[in-house]
Amino acid sequence: MAFLSDDIRERIQAYIPRYPSKQAVTLPALHIVHDELRCVPNEAIREIADLLDLAPAEVHDTMSFYQFFREPEHTLGQTRLWVCRTLACALRGADDLLEHCSKKLGVPVGGTTSDGKITLEFAECIGACEGAPAVLVNDEHVMNVTHERADALIGELKSR
Amino acid sequence: MSFEPTLLARVNKPDSHRLVGYRGDGGYATFETALRDKKPVEVVNQVKDSGLRGRGGAGFPCGLKWTFLPKDHPGPIYLCINADESEPCTYNNRILMEKDPHQVLEGIMLACYAIKCERAYFYIRYEYGTAYRVLQAAIDECYANGLLGKNIQGTGFNLDVYLHRGAGAYICGEETGLIESLEGKRAWPRIKPPFPAIEGAFRKPTIVNNVETLCCVTQIMRRGNDWFKSMGVPPDPKNPRDAGSYGPKLYTIAGHVNEPKCVELPMGVSMRELVEKHGGGVWKGRKAKAVNPGGISMGFVDVNAKIKDSNLTEYDIPLDFNGPGRVGCLGLGTAAVTVVDDQTSMIDVLHNVCQFFAHESCGQCTPCREGTGWMLKITDRMRKGQGRREDLDILIDVADRMGIIPGTTICGLSDGAGWPVKTLIRKFRSEFEEAIKSGRRSVVKSLPLVGIH
Repeated sequence: MAFLSDDIRERIQAYIPRYPSKQAVTLPALHIVHDELRCVPNEAIREIADLLDLAPAEVHDTMSFYQFFREPEHTLGQTRLWVCRTLACALRGADDLLEHCSKKLGVPVGGTTSDGKITLEFAECIGACEGAPAVLVNDEHVMNVTHERADALIGELKSR
Repeated sequence: MSFEPTLLARVNKPDSHRLVGYRGDGGYATFETALRDKKPVEVVNQVKDSGLRGRGGAGFPCGLKWTFLPKDHPGPIYLCINADESEPCTYNNRILMEKDPHQVLEGIMLACYAIKCERAYFYIRYEYGTAYRVLQAAIDECYANGLLGKNIQGTGFNLDVYLHRGAGAYICGEETGLIESLEGKRAWPRIKPPFPAIEGAFRKPTIVNNVETLCCVTQIMRRGNDWFKSMGVPPDPKNPRDAGSYGPKLYTIAGHVNEPKCVELPMGVSMRELVEKHGGGVWKGRKAKAVNPGGISMGFVDVNAKIKDSNLTEYDIPLDFNGPGRVGCLGLGTAAVTVVDDQTSMIDVLHNVCQFFAHESCGQCTPCREGTGWMLKITDRMRKGQGRREDLDILIDVADRMGIIPGTTICGLSDGAGWPVKTLIRKFRSEFEEAIKSGRRSVVKSLPLVGIH
């Protein structure tokens, strides 16, 4: 019995014809698994390796480089909320915003709320500097985030 | 005479991201004409003669790069589009991709036709989710309308474009780091030579071009070289190696200004004009203190520092490929201009910069991995009021010794990590010395922020 669902396996395999080497599917495969499971367990690493004719260590090597993919003990919540902290945002109050979000959610940066709804993280420049301070909700920008807007956003994400 | 934007001409139109809108504005006619009437080498020559230099940061002449591909190579040859726009305070590629994806795609098609590439990999950073979805929709439209795929418009030319998402790593913007990441490995930059044009993605000849560069290719092929060369700054006659700074450029303005935004202007606008006129001036009625001319890795200028033998200050430098270099910066970089006002502690700015590079160093070369980490530790203690007198010299020493310029690392990330440190300390030394002497604490948040992603 395979750990990954047939759907996930098919979606990973659909990427193979796009590249001259199967190893190039590593990142797309990790994204597919991570989006779905909110982490990448060892069983998934083994099966991705099988699908791509790699050693599990090769997949893990790539995965761990990016610090983007989480292991099961730090599974992501339903929404990943990144607060940008790099210069353009920092100059316009990013540190205060991150602290505010941390207090509002009652979790340290990197933590997930107990209802599993929101994981709070900091990000390095997310490329939304014209709307600093900015945050990413999963992979979508929200700009000009005042503390009030952050509260409203958190309320909305909690009710999702 | 007011300047009419070209690259950004369509971004505020409704339907700017759809094929029907792009076609309505004459889009893809240039590609279709080239496909029918021009030989690939003619496209290469035109781009080469236009003087277009890469917009991604290094400013390497685009057409010249294309000519480095081996002659009569049996293929495959790959094009990688570098949309890993991660240089802090830079966001012009995002706007192009979200608002005018077909302009980018037409540039890709023209480039692929020119270099005889049948498969392009569009490496886009994960954080640009909206751009990713807009681009995928645009690519799907192109396949459905016979602009991509096999035997395009019966000419025998084949082209596939695949989007490939990154995973939040700054180093993937380095072209060989990008290639390694595309291949499914950790994004460790390669030792060059061989350069990608000889041996790149999947060990085949590869060209890596930035999104804005490819949009310039679209416009150059559409409007001609005279149009492109009517803007910008010609080569310095005293410098035979200067390739000039022609064409329009997207400048992004961020930080302490009233109106942070992306504007398109002829290359060579002065930093003062850009901030005061286009950025709406410094916010809260304050004055500028330091400005970063092109993404933080280019270093900083002191707006009050006089330039020798002139009435101008560093604030007046032109933002072309040579301007920032004349006042000690690394170069034009991505032309992302960040303004720091006179109420801001430069220690906070320095700390923020060090924090970024310590987080983003890929860890392959020891001087960069260790150097960025130690620079952060030192600036962190300066922020806590525990700075030592020797710290400033240590920081400059570390910054001077890491990078491809001193020859101690494989890629330029660490030159970029050192440059802001050097320029900030050299240009604002008295402020740093005074802060160290007084033992004043700077703003410090107590949030533990180490190694979360």
